[in-house]
Amino acid sequence: MEKLLDILRELHPETDFETETRLVDGGVLSSFDIVMLITRIEEEFDVVIPARDIVPEHFNSAKALYTLIEKISEQDD
Amino acid sequence: MLFTSWAFLLFLAVLVPVYFLVPKRIQWIVLLLFNAVFVCAAGVLGAVFMVVTIGTVYAASRAIDALYSRQRETLAAIKETHTKEERKQTRLRFEKRRRLVLIACLAVNFGILFVLKYGAMIGRFSAALFGTRAFGQDLALTMGISFYTFSTVGYLLDVYRETIPAEKNPLKLALFTSFFPLLVQGPITRFETVGRALLEPHSFDGQRFLSAGLRIAWGYWKKLIVADRLLVAVKALCARPDVYRGDFILVEMLLYAACLYADFTGGVDITIGVGELLGVRIEENFLRPYFSKSISEYWRRWHITLGEWFKRYVYYPLSVSKPMRALSKGTRKLGAGVSRRVPVYLATLLVWALTGAWHGSRPTFLVWGLLNGAVILISEELKPLYARFHKRSPRLTASAFYRGFTVIRTVLLLSSLRILDCYGTIKEAFSSFFSMFTTWNWGAVFRGGIQSLGLSYTDYAIAGLGVIAMFALSMTQRKGAIRLRIRKRGTVFSVCMLLVLIGTILIFGRYGFGFDASQFIYNRF
Repeated sequence: MEKLLDILRELHPETDFETETRLVDGGVLSSFDIVMLITRIEEEFDVVIPARDIVPEHFNSAKALYTLIEKISEQDD
Repeated sequence: MLFTSWAFLLFLAVLVPVYFLVPKRIQWIVLLLFNAVFVCAAGVLGAVFMVVTIGTVYAASRAIDALYSRQRETLAAIKETHTKEERKQTRLRFEKRRRLVLIACLAVNFGILFVLKYGAMIGRFSAALFGTRAFGQDLALTMGISFYTFSTVGYLLDVYRETIPAEKNPLKLALFTSFFPLLVQGPITRFETVGRALLEPHSFDGQRFLSAGLRIAWGYWKKLIVADRLLVAVKALCARPDVYRGDFILVEMLLYAACLYADFTGGVDITIGVGELLGVRIEENFLRPYFSKSISEYWRRWHITLGEWFKRYVYYPLSVSKPMRALSKGTRKLGAGVSRRVPVYLATLLVWALTGAWHGSRPTFLVWGLLNGAVILISEELKPLYARFHKRSPRLTASAFYRGFTVIRTVLLLSSLRILDCYGTIKEAFSSFFSMFTTWNWGAVFRGGIQSLGLSYTDYAIAGLGVIAMFALSMTQRKGAIRLRIRKRGTVFSVCMLLVLIGTILIFGRYGFGFDASQFIYNRF
């Protein structure tokens, strides 16, 4: 989780990602940020987020995103 | 059938009572029949294309659904007997078949759209190249095809992604594809929301009816009082790039911004209002777009459903596709910053090229799309710079003055890009735009110039008041939907407001015998 928070902070240092729950709906993460984030997640976690999972509910909070990463990792195993 | 025709009002006057009088279980069938009348009234060819879309998308969605079921059954049957690798190969075989079905269906539907949009241009191009007669010059888009193709293909892609099940009844898919208010200029809708809402039973509700009436009347108000009036001047300005240069271009930009807003949002107000009359909620397509502080924000608030469609079905899938990831990895030696940007840049520019192509076949649309993409990418790159500026001057950037500046800057920027929409060639568009900075002719503009555009000063005054009313309403909407507040004041007040709207349309609107209320601008896309 800490690794993910570091990646998110690289994108938006001013945001408190531990508490924010409206990252997409609140306009913190743009579609540009989301694609950059997915590329970084692949680099760090070796996980590819499929297009069908790129929906606001998976990206609205760091926690939701981490749950998605864990779910995809388990499926890959 | 134009929204701005007596035939349409008659169509509604028949549909609404019939819809609420028939038994609820057959309401959707009645609506489907009325949709069929609406589609056929626009031409048989359009009806044929729509039937092809419904037929192919229905068949493909059912085939994909069946392939998912067979995959699950097969994998369950071989779970104990086959190795993990063998099971993976089985899954990939099914995936490949599903992809083939999807590609075939997309090829047919986008093929029709491509031929209708680009056939005439290709004909002219080949005639110039080979000296033959230009073929396909009578090809034209049939009613609503750009909108219903995207909505229906969106449904298919959702089935392909297994986010929704395939609809078993083809008539229910036909109802979604052919829902008549959406055929004029969208919005692009989703089966899981609008498609399902159309199938639900609906009761007549007087309060909802009144609320819908207000929305429809406001839509007509914007269209007939502001848009159709300003369109006369915009057309005159665009038609003579040799005459109207210099400061006329700034006038053109601003008039077109107001005209397009009144036209497109007015049409969508009518569409959403008609849906509401029947009890069907249709997605909003605008969120006070001219109050945006950047181009990317503007595109999240203008024609929202088209942007969402491209994001959901093109931008994200392309960004995470295998070739894009390979390209990103391949460019790592150029630095992490470059390799991470490759998917974003390529996907953004491709989506904007496609958005431009969706708007029309002229090269000007492609340039318009790419310039929008370029501005968005530059803005994203400049974000750290803006953040530093905000940090250094917090009082200035928090002020109403600065917010106003960013809003005006965005409107001017998007209006500058829209100049490409006004002219036939890129050269004409750029030449006209840059003449603003070289030719100072405000004198000519105000000494008879704007009067030569087909509108009188009274027309300008009426349109100007209309624009002020739209602006004031948008400002008020920041505190919540205006219709809710009108409704809270009671039925009598609401009816009075409705009568005021209708009355002003009757007095100041451009309609009636001998006057051809124009089609909505977005209908041609």
